[in-house]
Amino acid sequence: MPSRREFMRAGGGLLLAGGAWAVPHARAELPGPAGFSALPAGAVSAADLESLPGKVPLIKRTWRPPNYETPMAYFDQEFTPNRAFFVRYHLAGIPQIAADQWKLRIGGDTATTPFELNLEQLKHDYPVVELAAVNQCSGNRRGLFDPHVAGVEWGAGAMGNARWQGARLRDVLAKAGLTKDTLEISFDGADGPIIPSTPDFQKSIPVWKALDENTLIAYLMNGEPLPHWNGFPARIVVPGWAGVYWMKHVTSINALSKPFDNFWVKTAYRIPTNRFPIVEHFVSQMTEANEPITEILVNSIITNVTPGQAVAVGSAFEVRGLAWDSGRGIEGVEVSTDGGRSWRSAALGTDYGRFAFRSFSQAFTPVERGPMLVMARATSRAGATQPMVLIPNPAGYHHNVVQRLAINAV
Amino acid sequence: MKRLSLTLAAAVALAAGLVVAQERRVELKDAPGRAQVETHCALCHSLDYVLINSPFLDRNGWDGTVTKMIKVFGAPINADDAKVIVDYLATNYGKP
Repeated sequence: MPSRREFMRAGGGLLLAGGAWAVPHARAELPGPAGFSALPAGAVSAADLESLPGKVPLIKRTWRPPNYETPMAYFDQEFTPNRAFFVRYHLAGIPQIAADQWKLRIGGDTATTPFELNLEQLKHDYPVVELAAVNQCSGNRRGLFDPHVAGVEWGAGAMGNARWQGARLRDVLAKAGLTKDTLEISFDGADGPIIPSTPDFQKSIPVWKALDENTLIAYLMNGEPLPHWNGFPARIVVPGWAGVYWMKHVTSINALSKPFDNFWVKTAYRIPTNRFPIVEHFVSQMTEANEPITEILVNSIITNVTPGQAVAVGSAFEVRGLAWDSGRGIEGVEVSTDGGRSWRSAALGTDYGRFAFRSFSQAFTPVERGPMLVMARATSRAGATQPMVLIPNPAGYHHNVVQRLAINAV
Repeated sequence: MKRLSLTLAAAVALAAGLVVAQERRVELKDAPGRAQVETHCALCHSLDYVLINSPFLDRNGWDGTVTKMIKVFGAPINADDAKVIVDYLATNYGKP
């Protein structure tokens, strides 16, 4: 449990290697991503670029539990490098797990043949599947809510796209002989609370989602073992659904006949019922007032335009970025340079699969001097598109408002 | 190899004026209640949680946060200390 010690020790090893501690620390103010409402002033002043062991410098939101986001520069490509992939923990007890010590228990009240497997068995006893998928924190962009809501005040980098390789969850569950009354599948990871009175972080998903061919127990990320900070040695991957379900360091999976009763399911990670345009609901956990967050919403980010940037009249400039959604796939991205009065369809880049980041680009040639307002709006193959106005919700989820970047034609 | 790349990462971080991630002391504003905040809140999380959530929560907002820490997350804070903590946060890190 005293993973605080583990955390400190992990940091300490690198300190010795680099001797960084002898150097005075100059604090830099880190503003939030351009084109959105501002981060809270306190979040700007508390942010720093810092390296966790094995990671490049990321934007530190909180030290303990560690919450670090990916700087925007890394989103100039469809795949987010492992060393730059964001880090998000709820609880500060985070053990380092040795691959040969790790075990995964499959059980629950509807599993007729509970069993345990190790990493070698997970890798070799089941068909190997690889898919590209965006892992996005439910609260990505929470810090950009206006008015602000409490929580980890993320900018736009609590997300990443990777190639996940592993076993299908359904193939593993099949060996446990689930009975027909299985309602939900719950996950627990090795990380836990500092004091026993804090609810352990566990999650469940509907059984139909667990049996989806794309839901994995992943042990490789972009062709390498998962970084410690992203769930080594194995994590759940639920493509299209918010990162909260992608249990890191997964150690037990339970098949349940009743709705899972846990704070993180019953109370946290809730959105107002039917407020958002989503298709996949977690019906066994819905109430009249609220329901669990499930699918992520269609979204995009412009990655190459700086606010205030000067662009030359008569010369073409390109607006580039990434678009993604819950897995319907991106139908198109429209780009505007006149604040949304007119839109042009951008060219889409390589399709790495319906759950992955899709790049887009669109060239414009300013015809006269003056201010321009650049925006991008993605639409999914289901017809869902990004809103111009934020849909408020108390926990600060699902921020997919169209970005607005003011530039100047000169 | 791994060792080398970690060292490299640290060297790059140093060259860029960056630091290796390790919790540092958060200098909260010196006012009555700071000791209680440092003792109780920092048991489970770093104190940058206070900074990032400022200054937009009003007294009710901070009261709700502290109540959640006690009732939901099981923080062992008695009623007197809880009041001192809410007062401190609302006064020093509350909505102006």
